[in-house]
Amino acid sequence: MTGTTRTSGISRRNVLKGGVAAAAGAAIGSGAITGFPTIWAQNPITLRQFGTGVSNLNAIAEKCKEDLGITLEMTATDSDAAAQRAVTQPDSYDIADVEYWILKKVFPAGVIQPMDISRLKYYDQIVPLFKTGKLLPDSVIAQGTAPHTVGFVEGPNSREFATGETGWFTMVPTIYNADTLGIRPDLVGREITSWADIMAPEFKGKTAIINVPSIGIMDAAMILEAMGAVTYGDKGNMTQEEIDKTIDFLIKAKQDGQFRAFWKSFDESVNLMSSGEVVIQSMWSPAVAAVRSKGIECKYQPLKEGYRSWGGGMGLAAHLSGAQLDAAYEYINWYTSGWVGGYLNRQGYYSANMETAKQHMSEDEWGFWIEGKPAQSDILAPDGTVMEKAGAVRDGGSFEERMGKVACWNSVMDEDRYMVRRWNEFIAA
Amino acid sequence: MNNLITRATPYLQATPLLALLGFFLAVPILLLLIVSFWDYDFAGMYPAFVTFNYAETLGSWVTWKTYGNTLKFAAIVWAITAFLGFWVAYFLAFHVRTATMQMVLFLVCTVPFLTSNIIRMISWIPVLGRNGLVNSGLVGAGIIDQPLEWLLYSDFAVILAMVHLYTLFMVTPIFNNMMRIDKSLVEAARDAGAKDWQIIWNVILPLAKPGIAIGTIFVVTLVMADFSTVQVMSGGQSASVALMMRNQMSLLQYPAAAANAVVLLVLVLLMVAGILRIVDIRKEL
Repeated sequence: MTGTTRTSGISRRNVLKGGVAAAAGAAIGSGAITGFPTIWAQNPITLRQFGTGVSNLNAIAEKCKEDLGITLEMTATDSDAAAQRAVTQPDSYDIADVEYWILKKVFPAGVIQPMDISRLKYYDQIVPLFKTGKLLPDSVIAQGTAPHTVGFVEGPNSREFATGETGWFTMVPTIYNADTLGIRPDLVGREITSWADIMAPEFKGKTAIINVPSIGIMDAAMILEAMGAVTYGDKGNMTQEEIDKTIDFLIKAKQDGQFRAFWKSFDESVNLMSSGEVVIQSMWSPAVAAVRSKGIECKYQPLKEGYRSWGGGMGLAAHLSGAQLDAAYEYINWYTSGWVGGYLNRQGYYSANMETAKQHMSEDEWGFWIEGKPAQSDILAPDGTVMEKAGAVRDGGSFEERMGKVACWNSVMDEDRYMVRRWNEFIAA
Repeated sequence: MNNLITRATPYLQATPLLALLGFFLAVPILLLLIVSFWDYDFAGMYPAFVTFNYAETLGSWVTWKTYGNTLKFAAIVWAITAFLGFWVAYFLAFHVRTATMQMVLFLVCTVPFLTSNIIRMISWIPVLGRNGLVNSGLVGAGIIDQPLEWLLYSDFAVILAMVHLYTLFMVTPIFNNMMRIDKSLVEAARDAGAKDWQIIWNVILPLAKPGIAIGTIFVVTLVMADFSTVQVMSGGQSASVALMMRNQMSLLQYPAAAANAVVLLVLVLLMVAGILRIVDIRKEL
């Protein structure tokens, strides 16, 4: 059986649900199919996967069953619940599908076993961003919890992150993207080039930021740094003093009426934008697509300071061994072999194995999503609806232009509790 | 022997309710109280006896300001719903002549409640928004030049939505109460020369007090515990106690949220006790 359980909550990945809901329908009942191509057909294997990322995509479980005969039981949660479950119930899952900043919290607990890269068929094709932190040789390494800093360990029993590439991976990277501000080009009335523009006097009362502390504080840091109001040592790991300066500034801006609202869920951000209550705000890429699908102009505006980025991967539970471990490796090799990569790329996310993904995308799709070229014909969503009309160009351009300009990764701060307390003050002020 | 059974019977009769309340009310509240003294980090809760959950809750100006804000909403919403509730119930009970018509009109009052809370709340957004019905109407009619910003994502919007959601909770008990007022009392007052407002003030209002008190308990507890209306209608600009708890729970800070819940529970119980001290709701029921 392929089943998913979902908790309601504020997870950026919950928003994936909308996009793939149509594709998900047929997953139930796939247990009845017979004649699997691999040995797992004779000896049925079930892998329990939980987390925030691709665990929401039923289409992947369906395809996995079809190709490998492995049944995936997927459970999606929000990120805080995922961190808790990873540590407190290590026997309740086989594969942890979490973001890198969550991994940084949970890996030292010894619940994830390091992955032998010699067993990963497509290790060499993984984009260098996850190995060295640089997409291109001349890229600058971004602040925050950059995936490569928590991507490797020294050996199979090590619990400390290695400083460089080793033979042991903590997680295989799966899904990532670059976030920026969304704007209404028809209503802003001028060029938007900087994160600081959200604080411009002419947008007073027409801006919004996300009210999820760990992400909101990063967007705020991008804004304040762009304005020159605060200089940060590391935006992803602020000191108490930096947190104080940031929150005090936000409180003042709030009291001056700069913000129209603070949104907590995906649909709120879509409604704020499509109703015109807000013309510039924090946004996630599927929300921009949702506004556009209503026929309203909306742009995921690239900004000169760069993007705030996030990334996730899959780690092996410490208890896996024998046939289950073999199946997990086979699943990961299947996962990175291209079909899933193409699927993710077509959703506007990025696959960590671009070369294999390319073989599963049409030339036009590859050109639009990855190379930043104008679409030759209509770009379709997995359920067949039109996402972009022919001639459209992706906001921010190509993969290299977007992921090459990451300023900061989502992260967990040492002063996390203090930050959350101050953030609540900002909302109450 | 017979005597024993006679004495035991009332206890046996009360047992099912006692078990039900014990299991679904007393035990959870006890657990809440215990957990509020526990320690926690991102991964879980740890049995302990620490008081910093309370110290952090009661020692922060955010808590006080949030409670102040929530009490403000409760007071304003109570005043408006009590006023509206009283007059709607009065009209239904004393001015509608036939019992059938009374029931029909009362059912009309409940029609909006056939849809969910959330829908009724969210449907205000397109009405009040910057490009909403009210603003485009006023601008179109030339009454104002600029759309009114304070209609949506403001305290006004929160109070409007709460009044809309909770007025029926006031109307119902007052109406029920007024239906039991003996009409001959009104006639006697009129015969004694009382004017309309004197009848309302000196006869009907005192007799309707238990209904008003019950309605007050409903409205106050609902407003104190609300988080979705405040979040949606204020656009996250305003804080409420329950919203603060929800923030803590979403970060898995359950002991902190439990401490907050205990504080809120104590406060609401005190308010209810105060109401019951002023009005004996068993009278006239």
